[in-house]
Amino acid sequence: MRTITTGDAVAARIAGRKLHWRELAFEGALLLALLVSLLFLVTLLADILITAMPVLTERAADFVSGELSPDPARAGVGTSILGSLIITIAVAVLAFPAGIGTAIYLEEYASDSWLTRFIRTNIRNLAGVPSIVFGILGFAIFVRLVSAVGLGGSVNGRNILAAGLTLAALVLPIVIITASEALLAVPDSIREAGFGVGATRWEVIRHHVLPSASPGILTGTVLTLSRAFGETAPLLLVGAVTGFFTLGEGSTVMDRLTSAYTALPVTVFSWSRQPSEEFRALAAAAIVTLLVVLLTANAAAIILRNRYERKW
Amino acid sequence: MNGSGEDMLPETDTLTGAEPATRPVVRSRVERPAPDPAAPVMFEVDDLNVFYEDFHAVKGFTGGIKEHEITAFIGPSGCGKSTMLRCFNRMNDLIQGARVTGRLLYHGTDLYAPEVDPVEVRRRVGMVFQKPNPFPKSIFDNVAFGPKINGYKGSMPDLVEGSLRRAALWDEVKDKLDESAYALSGGQQQRLCIARAIATNPDVVLMDEPCSALDPIATLRIEHLMQELKQDYTIIIVTHNMQQAARVSDRTAFFNVSLNEKGQRTGHLVEFNDTAKLFTNPDERATEDYITGRFG
Repeated sequence: MRTITTGDAVAARIAGRKLHWRELAFEGALLLALLVSLLFLVTLLADILITAMPVLTERAADFVSGELSPDPARAGVGTSILGSLIITIAVAVLAFPAGIGTAIYLEEYASDSWLTRFIRTNIRNLAGVPSIVFGILGFAIFVRLVSAVGLGGSVNGRNILAAGLTLAALVLPIVIITASEALLAVPDSIREAGFGVGATRWEVIRHHVLPSASPGILTGTVLTLSRAFGETAPLLLVGAVTGFFTLGEGSTVMDRLTSAYTALPVTVFSWSRQPSEEFRALAAAAIVTLLVVLLTANAAAIILRNRYERKW
Repeated sequence: MNGSGEDMLPETDTLTGAEPATRPVVRSRVERPAPDPAAPVMFEVDDLNVFYEDFHAVKGFTGGIKEHEITAFIGPSGCGKSTMLRCFNRMNDLIQGARVTGRLLYHGTDLYAPEVDPVEVRRRVGMVFQKPNPFPKSIFDNVAFGPKINGYKGSMPDLVEGSLRRAALWDEVKDKLDESAYALSGGQQQRLCIARAIATNPDVVLMDEPCSALDPIATLRIEHLMQELKQDYTIIIVTHNMQQAARVSDRTAFFNVSLNEKGQRTGHLVEFNDTAKLFTNPDERATEDYITGRFG
């Protein structure tokens, strides 16, 4: 009689390979979820690209640089892109120093008290407030503020300055949160090392904490800029023009800042409302332009982050 | 509270079981002259207490830290030895809710007097931490940062070289000073941290379990280095490892934990003595129990 060895017993146990149906079904369901979301995205993009094709193939350069016009054959997004860029720059100038400063204060200086916890909680709440509410805030406060300081121009303060202030207020909580998280991610051992050689709090922040946190802060802030670039609803409330306008010959930089303006997503919105087929194509082409700008900005954020991270 | 294991390295293992507990267990391996009883005192500590909010972390430390000596703080986990160490460069100030009472004189000046600038204190009392924590910068910049912010006017390359030489790291890094400090091994990083600490030309170097993250060979190098640094600096080292205290220190303070009336674990000083005496013929029963491995 043959004795059963350990090897036989082990072989009997591990060799009985079976198909695990539940495993496969679960994996299949997950894959399906992925495909469904991809399908939506691809359909949407394909539909837009096809609709935009006539405009983009026939007069791409003219379209990107052209002004708003009731004539679909001449209408372009040049004014809108310029408006969006000015607003975005205004947001960067207004929201970044205030937001990053707030984050540095909250994370590096403020002691942990009920007041700072209250402030933190409410900053998080503010980040979740719908953008239209910020539009109402802009209409109620920033439009009047801009008029009150004499920069209202011909549109009684419903200009690009008010728009910049409104969107800056909109992204400020997000800037604070992303910058705070980047600062929190810097290990305390780095701070202790700095203090240990006799650095002051500012020296520790300036030489060690901020350089370590800057890739994260940079990425977060560029992403908030794309959010501001794509916002539509608040701008409608602070005077972005959905029709047509021209600034006329000889308008100065100041005229641009204080008079009628529009932005790229607002133009998409106003053209989509036009009944004619030509304007549908124009709207699709404007969407493509918007997506290209946003993807470029996000790519720039990723490249910048990688470059700084690679440094050390 | 019995054997945590970490404290009982092989040397003690063989002795704790069979041998009578009254036998001295840990001997200083390096024969060194007994510490000079007349050495000038650098820190004079009188009834120092540390609180975190309402929690009494360490109570009533009294004693003197002498110049050009290595003083070791030993004791079981949670006995407050690191907390006590962080009083000497006011590192506890950075912890919210930390409060220090009592007197800690440094060359006769109360370190906790209101007019004392903690930043200035930390420039004179350097610190090396438990886990090597170089800045995410080049080796050169790690050493140069302290002198730079302190307004050092001389030749920075010379100072960096001198500091790295004293930290016994120069030969290993002289060709890669502009490489990241993170490319070094753990032991090298810790010696870089020592170089960084001495680059500001301090009086004192505090070491908070400097070898606990290192392998035995890197540990031995740091211990050798400490004997050399002692010529120029006063060193206080917190260690989890009794053998290390016995090997390197001149005087040893043993801390223990006790439960206070609120059931909190408060650390207190049990015995502060010459290392040779503390490890061979301690005055206190609790010290003897600890060094013979009965608890800890």
